[in-house]
Amino acid sequence: MQFTLRINGKSREVEADPQMPLLWALRDLLDLKGTKFGCGSSFCGACTVHSNGVAIRSCVTPVSAVASASITTIEGVGATALGRSVQSAWLAVDVVQCGYCQAGQIMSAAALLAKNPKPSDTDIDKAMSGNICRCATYARIRAAIKQAAGMPTRDSRDTFA
Amino acid sequence: MMQTNDTARVDGASRRAFLRASVAVGGGLLLDFSLPGVLRARENSRQAASTLNAFVQISTDGAVTIVSKNPEIGQGIKTMLPMLIAEELDVDWASVRIEQALSDPARYGRQFAGGSRATPLNWQPLRQVGAAARQMLMSAAAQGWSVPVSECDTESGKVIHVPSKRRLSYGSLASKAASLPAPDLAKVPLKDPKNFKIIGKSHPGIDSPRVVAGEPLFGIDVTVLGMLYAVFVKSPVFGGTVVRANLDELKAQAGVRDAFIVSGGAVFNGLLSGVAVVGTNWWQVNKARERLQVVWDEGPSAGHSSEGYARQAVELSTHTPGAKLAADGDVIQALGASAHRLEAAYSYPFIAHATLEPQNCTAHFHDGKVEIWAPTQNPDAGRKIVAKTLGLADADITIHMMRCGGGFGRRLMNDYMVEAAWISKQAGAPVKLLWNRQDDIQHDFYRPAGFHFFKAGLDAAGKLQAFSDHFVSFGENGKAAPSADMDDAEFPAKFVPNLELGISLMPLGTPTGPLRAPGSNALAFAFQSFIDEIAHAAGQDPLQYRIDLLGERRQVGAFDTGRMIDVLALVRDKSGWARRKPPTGSGMGVAFYYSHLGYFAEVVHATVAAGGKIRVDKVWVASDVGSQIINPTGAENQVQGAALDGIGEALGQLITLENGRVTQSNFDNFLLLRMNQAPPVEVHFLKTDHPPTGLGEPGLPPVLPALCNALFAASGIRVRALPIDARLFA
Repeated sequence: MQFTLRINGKSREVEADPQMPLLWALRDLLDLKGTKFGCGSSFCGACTVHSNGVAIRSCVTPVSAVASASITTIEGVGATALGRSVQSAWLAVDVVQCGYCQAGQIMSAAALLAKNPKPSDTDIDKAMSGNICRCATYARIRAAIKQAAGMPTRDSRDTFA
Repeated sequence: MMQTNDTARVDGASRRAFLRASVAVGGGLLLDFSLPGVLRARENSRQAASTLNAFVQISTDGAVTIVSKNPEIGQGIKTMLPMLIAEELDVDWASVRIEQALSDPARYGRQFAGGSRATPLNWQPLRQVGAAARQMLMSAAAQGWSVPVSECDTESGKVIHVPSKRRLSYGSLASKAASLPAPDLAKVPLKDPKNFKIIGKSHPGIDSPRVVAGEPLFGIDVTVLGMLYAVFVKSPVFGGTVVRANLDELKAQAGVRDAFIVSGGAVFNGLLSGVAVVGTNWWQVNKARERLQVVWDEGPSAGHSSEGYARQAVELSTHTPGAKLAADGDVIQALGASAHRLEAAYSYPFIAHATLEPQNCTAHFHDGKVEIWAPTQNPDAGRKIVAKTLGLADADITIHMMRCGGGFGRRLMNDYMVEAAWISKQAGAPVKLLWNRQDDIQHDFYRPAGFHFFKAGLDAAGKLQAFSDHFVSFGENGKAAPSADMDDAEFPAKFVPNLELGISLMPLGTPTGPLRAPGSNALAFAFQSFIDEIAHAAGQDPLQYRIDLLGERRQVGAFDTGRMIDVLALVRDKSGWARRKPPTGSGMGVAFYYSHLGYFAEVVHATVAAGGKIRVDKVWVASDVGSQIINPTGAENQVQGAALDGIGEALGQLITLENGRVTQSNFDNFLLLRMNQAPPVEVHFLKTDHPPTGLGEPGLPPVLPALCNALFAASGIRVRALPIDARLFA
């Protein structure tokens, strides 16, 4: 079937099985490789994108379900000041190890900050625990989210001064 | 061949070719690689660049290109190795551009990511590479000025004639320098470390800007013109082979171009029997698998199970070990004479690597040659397997090392590489093979399970007089399975007057292999937990007991007791071990471990909350990896990640075999650590007068026993099996 998707502010035509997950339409039909395949079952968050500003797992979202939505991927998240600030914070904190999960982490973080500009550590745990980082860069992800929010990067859970 | 594109798009448009065919130090010509029918070698549209040696190119505008030779798996090597060269070359880091090397050991030496070896193996040689290029630039300037080279110095990409204060940029000298003979690497002077400008300063990951922008850098992102997508379905029982499959039905599925049986061989790290499904769209070929029906000959492993191994291990423990690894004094006599005796059985399970990027490889077989784009930790080993399996010469195989979405030892094996090459050959097209998550978890080279049956005897003063371990592991004909061995130096060997380490082996039909800190990631848990039991039985402080057990500052084989004593003292200080009084339900535990030349002591603060819920509150790490932390930001990240990786293994990771097959299939049943479980990890490096060593692995092993020892301190309950069973604490 023919679908017109709105991706990163642009209209994109794809010819796809309606059940094809958005992830594979992005990666293999539209050549947007930034969104990653990790598990195919919404357990790891590597495939996170925004649908109308909300973080969704594109590996379990059929193309047909988002045909009328506005999709933002990692390739487009820097178009907003908030998205740019998250990407910059990721670099300033030097979060990345292998980097494979980081697109999904950044998309989850940007969605969190859009609705909660000053998240607590508990808020961060809730919003980010669906995104696995196999290298376990969690401390730096936490710090980068706070840095993007203009907050002190200290981990409030660390009471062991 | 020096140049490879390190973006994953191979459609020509964004291929960065830079070259001027010039004679390299090793005598090799610099040529870009070619795609079928397309001569890629071409003059660079940018500034002409001169090759000073296999690793260094300088263009006339002064831009410096440094080749990073090893695979990047998240350990930060693509940033760190060029830092060593840039330091001695004496250029500004900001002027450096880094290119990923092709797999070409004749040009670069061994190229692999394993054993935390990159730092010890390259610390001196790559600084010499940079220093040699600097010497050539100084010689070129000195000749031009007709002055002795001894009157020249360098600073930030310029050669200076010190007496006259004349300066020439490296860019203006590069062409002439490239024509000069290369100096003897062993004789080039190296900087005094106190003059380092790049080494020892934090440099963020060189590719991170592209990572956060979602650029296609990883193996899975490779696109080759005209490529098809493939899945490869292997027997759920290891070593099983295809008898028949409904190939015609498969071929009729949407998006499927071809489906065929691959006979394969019997070597796990090679091409195995299976069914390949090839098509125009990966999602469709993966979906077509749902219709696949294969009759398997499951082979001899179909009766194996984790439960069966555990039963066999207990049975074997009642016999004399199959082999003695270490024997000092008289353990039986000493146990009989001891004031306190302890016995405990420890075990740990198989676990998977679960790199977040599933195994994949893109291969293009054409005209008797194959070009490969792979996330691999050990490309040349992959080349040899592909050559042997496809009947090619090594020289007919080009391997592009793509950024790896995690390694952890999984990609030291190249099974997916030979699968892709074979499928491309048979399909007659470039093919991207991609495993799904279930393939990945069910076809790993697992960290082997293991069983330890310990005994210890203490004298009336609590001093350890006798120690024995009967390690029941896997293997056949007296040879342990990969990563299932133990050696004669496992601590406390050589530290107890009466000691025996013995091993018995059970046959195993499941592939095993190195997982981050292989051997150590399991042995540390068993040994450092049991030593904690001994310290408590002696009624002594577990940290001081370990220092006392280490004894005099001395060298015991490769192990320096003084370095370990010092990191134990440091972690005691930093964690507040002596002064901190954990509240009821909380406790602190300590452990140390020496692996990969690194000395690590770690303290964990953990809490057993109501209902038995375990919370890890904090980890303190003290380490000694020598005189220099090359890239502090990367070093801290590695150690934090290693410690959290160990916490994740302890809390949740488990691979279970039933009927010869793995029962776990995805991240809902193979549990990786998540944000809400990850405690803060405080990292301290003790700098000592020893050559720098690696950091990817040695931070991991001690955290598992430190956590379990903390849980004992918190609850009085001893964890003797992994993963930690929360029901113990309910």
